[in-house]
Amino acid sequence: MNKTKNEDWLFEISPKKSALEINFKELWHYRDLLMLFVKRDIVTFYKQTVLGPIWFIIQPLLTSVIQFIIFSKIANIPSDGVPYFLFVLAGNILWFYFSDCLKAVSETFTANQNIFGKVYFPRVIMPIKVVFSNLVKFSIQFSFFIIVLIYYINKGYDISPSLLILITPVLLIITAMLAMGVGMIISSLTVKYRDLNFVITFGISLFMYITPIVYPTSLVLEKINPKYHILVYLNPLTGILDFFKYAFLGSGSINLSYLLYSLFFGIVVLFLGVLFFNRTEKSFIDVI
Amino acid sequence: MSDIILKVENLSKQYRLGKIGTGTLSHDLNRWWHTVRGKEDPYLKVGEVNDRSSMSNNQYVWALKDINFEVQQGEVLGIIGKNGAGKSTLLKILSRVTSPTVGSVKAKGRIASLLEVGTGFHPEMTGRENIFLNGAILGMTKKEIASKLDEIIDFSGCKRYIDTPVKRYSSGMTVRLAFAVAAHLEPEILVVDEVLAVGDAEFQKKAIGKMQDISKTDGRTVLFVSHNMAAVKSLCTKGIVLEHGGITFSGTSDDAINYYLENSYKKSEIKLSERIDRKGNQKLSILNIFVKNKDEVVVGEMHSGEYYKLIFEYQKQKDIDPKQLTIVLQFKNENDELVTTIATDELGTKFSEVKEKGTIEVEIPRLQFREGRYSMQYMISEKLSFNTPHQVVDYLQDAFTLTVIRGDYWHSGVLNRPKGFIQEASIQLL
Repeated sequence: MNKTKNEDWLFEISPKKSALEINFKELWHYRDLLMLFVKRDIVTFYKQTVLGPIWFIIQPLLTSVIQFIIFSKIANIPSDGVPYFLFVLAGNILWFYFSDCLKAVSETFTANQNIFGKVYFPRVIMPIKVVFSNLVKFSIQFSFFIIVLIYYINKGYDISPSLLILITPVLLIITAMLAMGVGMIISSLTVKYRDLNFVITFGISLFMYITPIVYPTSLVLEKINPKYHILVYLNPLTGILDFFKYAFLGSGSINLSYLLYSLFFGIVVLFLGVLFFNRTEKSFIDVI
Repeated sequence: MSDIILKVENLSKQYRLGKIGTGTLSHDLNRWWHTVRGKEDPYLKVGEVNDRSSMSNNQYVWALKDINFEVQQGEVLGIIGKNGAGKSTLLKILSRVTSPTVGSVKAKGRIASLLEVGTGFHPEMTGRENIFLNGAILGMTKKEIASKLDEIIDFSGCKRYIDTPVKRYSSGMTVRLAFAVAAHLEPEILVVDEVLAVGDAEFQKKAIGKMQDISKTDGRTVLFVSHNMAAVKSLCTKGIVLEHGGITFSGTSDDAINYYLENSYKKSEIKLSERIDRKGNQKLSILNIFVKNKDEVVVGEMHSGEYYKLIFEYQKQKDIDPKQLTIVLQFKNENDELVTTIATDELGTKFSEVKEKGTIEVEIPRLQFREGRYSMQYMISEKLSFNTPHQVVDYLQDAFTLTVIRGDYWHSGVLNRPKGFIQEASIQLL
């Protein structure tokens, strides 16, 4: 009303907020909180356990062993000429990074309603924190993978990592974007429509089977009509996994355009995620 | 240039009542359809005034409606009001937990809110780790916390256990630690809910002292919400009274408290039989309460030291066993503090008959209240069998106001001083 004197308000609380706005200055102010949340996640994960951080390794290890027995020994699924265990381990660690991030981000509002209901900080800290704390977990699993990789190379297997391993960070960033974007959309929708909680749990396990983890992409391309090959690459994770395996194991084949598609998909989905998330965070506490 | 640090303009907040989740999709679609056509949100218009005690079929309610106020730098503003008046909603908006439906809040400084102490505490982490996490959640940087760490630990009095996981703390220690972190926040504006009602008396005193320091010495602005009139009185300089989602009074804290208390007495002027905020199964309902003096004359005011009878007119609605009835009366003073209780189970009174319509008479041979206003609440309950809990039959808060004026309790020819309770005692000068 009386905007005659232009007062320098530090901030304003009002009903409308532009849906895409992320206050980076504010985020920067809260960077310590982000790091402390990451630390909390990691530290509390293995408090009062005997094995501690080793648990991070046991998960992909056991999964890979079981898959090795079932899919390689029993079902005879090929693995592009590299040892199946190594092949599936590579897929698993990347997949776990994606699925753990996605699951945790999609619970942002439901899991944090207590803290969100009591104090303000940029809500987007929570999804970001998930991506980072899972990155720590991924690094541990990745180191384990490298050890296994070196072991196999020493035993004389024909595995040839290439310089492409240098793009691993890019692959991780795209994976994180995808997980965060989808997760943010789902977390925003679960605030009102709880049904999605149930969908996400089994949705993730179904999605794993249409992602080339336990089988090589080449196997699928071989079995289906070339007309439908595009369907395989519609899954944005396919390109990322192919690049990852090609870089470290020298197996399979890669195509840059598929990776660019994943990147594009990641950007779009993250954009939508922020849009949904911003709309929800304003007043979800009244609805949840 | 004014030094207004916080400005609230036309702030309103609408809530939806009842079962959220059923029918939300249809409302969402309807709302969306209206916005697409460039029309006003159809549900924004229908809200009603927030009055908890009256029933309404309307699904939307305004928890806050057109709130306007300004806070100056260094002011301590007390926000008082009954449960459900909108205090918490206002706090939630100010602390940015939820956003308003209409209106805005403008601030010239960081707002830190204490709606709860120990938000984000993790039981598995040590006291030290939790100080950092909690501090960061409240908006401090790691550097700020590190520079105050010793102070915080000292204030909490938990030095010995600081590297022990918080899950091994007693609940009191957890609260102390949490408050210690909060007390060392340095925002320009601090919003505090009734978190002071925790910890032991010594710690409460420490907490109030710290709050006073924050405002007086450091010149920081504090918004304080409480039911505790004594705390509001000692801490605040200004006060606003919220009622049914609107500000009904704004002024100095003393005036605000007086207004608030006056107002709660007004409630008991509504005819008892028309009150809708009563609880219980209503097998028996109190229809009217009045006071008679020793000459059986109905009076409005009472003198200390005199004989009075409190008369409760009741009506039986359903069959009830008189032997199982318990009647409890409680009297509160102007600061909302309980002064005394009269209870039939303590007195050993048993009833033998409940009529269709009758009276309960409470005889007070010598009124021991000093001058003042006392609010009375009653609870009639029945105990159906030995091992079942009491069932409320009729319960009403602020049922009746006793206006007591000075009397000559001791028959000494001198009127009693105001306020409080007369104590039977004798004083000797030896």
